[in-house]
Amino acid sequence: MSKVLFSSISKKFVMALAGLFLLTFLPVHLIINLMLLKSDPEPFNEAAHFMATFPLVKIIEIALIGAILIHIGWGIFLQIQNWLARPVGYVSGNKSETSFFSRFMIWTGASIFTFLVLHFFNFYFVKLGLVAGNPEDFYSLAHNLFKIPAYNYIYLVCFSLLGFHLYHAFSSAFQTFGLNHRLWTPVVKVVALIYAIVLPAGFAFISITLWLFR
Amino acid sequence: MKLTLKIWRQKNAKAKGTFVIYKMDNVSPEMAFLEMLDSLNKKLVEEDKDPVAFDHDCREGICGSCGMYINGHPHGPVPAITTCHLSMRYFKEGDTIWIEPWRAKPFPVIKDLIVDRAAFDKIQIAGGFISVNTGAAPEANSILIRKKKSDDAFDSAICIGCGACVAACKNASAMLFVSAKISQFALLPQGRIEAKERVKAMVEKMDEVGFGNCSNSGACEAECPKQIKLTNIARLNREYFKAY
Repeated sequence: MSKVLFSSISKKFVMALAGLFLLTFLPVHLIINLMLLKSDPEPFNEAAHFMATFPLVKIIEIALIGAILIHIGWGIFLQIQNWLARPVGYVSGNKSETSFFSRFMIWTGASIFTFLVLHFFNFYFVKLGLVAGNPEDFYSLAHNLFKIPAYNYIYLVCFSLLGFHLYHAFSSAFQTFGLNHRLWTPVVKVVALIYAIVLPAGFAFISITLWLFR
Repeated sequence: MKLTLKIWRQKNAKAKGTFVIYKMDNVSPEMAFLEMLDSLNKKLVEEDKDPVAFDHDCREGICGSCGMYINGHPHGPVPAITTCHLSMRYFKEGDTIWIEPWRAKPFPVIKDLIVDRAAFDKIQIAGGFISVNTGAAPEANSILIRKKKSDDAFDSAICIGCGACVAACKNASAMLFVSAKISQFALLPQGRIEAKERVKAMVEKMDEVGFGNCSNSGACEAECPKQIKLTNIARLNREYFKAY
C-alpha cells in the first residue's frame, strides 16, 4: 500500500488534488475582498465575521490548511527528489522548448508561501488572537495595510507570481489526473490562462484602488 | 568550416571529468555529426591520443544509441531527429559546439559521452512485455483492432529508448519513455490482459532506479526524436489509477 501512496504518480496526484482544492477558494476570497472597495465597512466585516464563525466554513478551513500543508510538503519533497535525480547539470544549459512557467514552480510557490506567512500575521493570526489587532474590524486593518506602499509592492509582485504559478498548475493538474484530450486540453489551457489573469488581476485591482484612490 | 568543439571527457565512471577543447578545420557541411566526431577521433588516434568515446550503432535513427547533449538539446538543436541524423549543415563557420553526455542519476557516465542506460532495461524487464507462448505466429486477423487504436499504439511503439526525454527533462523524469512502453500495450487487446500488473511494476521500477517526477513541462515531447506525445503520459496516469 505504501508503494502506491508514495509512488511518483500518486504524489503528483495528491499535489494536484490539493492544489485544485486551493484554487476553488481563491474566487471566494476575491469576492469577499471586493467588498473592501465599498465605503461602508459593514458588508466586508460581516463577511469576515461569517467566515470566522460559521461551522461549515470552520470545517472547510481545516481542510484548506491541510491542503496547503500537503501541497507545500509534497511540493518540497518532489522538488528535492527532482534535484537529486540530476546531481550534475548541463554546462550548455537547457534550451528545450517547454512550458515557461513550469520551470519556476518551486520558486513561484515559495514566493506565494512567503506572502501567505505575511498574510497570516496580518489577518489569520489576529483572528486566532495570536497577534494583536481587532478581529472585528478587518476592513480598517486592510485599508491601513494598503496605504503602505511597500506592502502594495510585495502584494503586487506576489500576485503576479501567483498568476504564473496558477497558469501552469491549472492545466498541469488535468494532465496529472490523466485527462488529456485532443479537443478539451486546449480549452483547459485557455481557461487556465483566463483564471491565472483574472484572479490575480482582481486582487491587484483592489490593492491599487485602496492604495492610490482611497 | 572551422569549428570549436567543447567535449566532456571522463576516463571512467569514477574519474572526474572535464571539458576538452578541440579545434576542427575542414568540416564539410555535408558530414553527419557522428562523421565529424569520427574525423576528430581519426585525428586523435593519429596523434596517439585517446579517442572520444560515444555510443553509436545503426546510424539510421532507429537504434537509439547515439544519445548526446549538443548545445543545450538532446540529439542537437534540430527537432525530431537523432544525433546520427544531425547534419553539419545546421552549424555555421566559427561555431562553438558543446557536447555533453546525458545527465541523470540513473544514467551514470561510463566514459566520455557514453552513459549506462541499464535503468531503462530494468524498467522494461519489470513489465514491458506480453507473456506469450513461443511458436508459430498467430493469424493476424483473428483479433480485429480498430485502425485508430492500432495507429496510436504504433506511434507509441516507435520509442527507441534513447533517453532524450530523461536528458531534456529538468527533473530527469522517465515518464515519457515509460508511458510509451505502457501505451503500446495498453491500446491493444493483447496488452490489456496484463495491463494492471505491467503498469504497477514498471512505475515501481521507474521510481526505484531514481528518475525524477514529471512536472508536465513538455521538454520531453519537444526533444523526442520519435515525437512521442504527452498524451502517453496522461494515459500512463490513467492506467496507473485504474490498476488500483
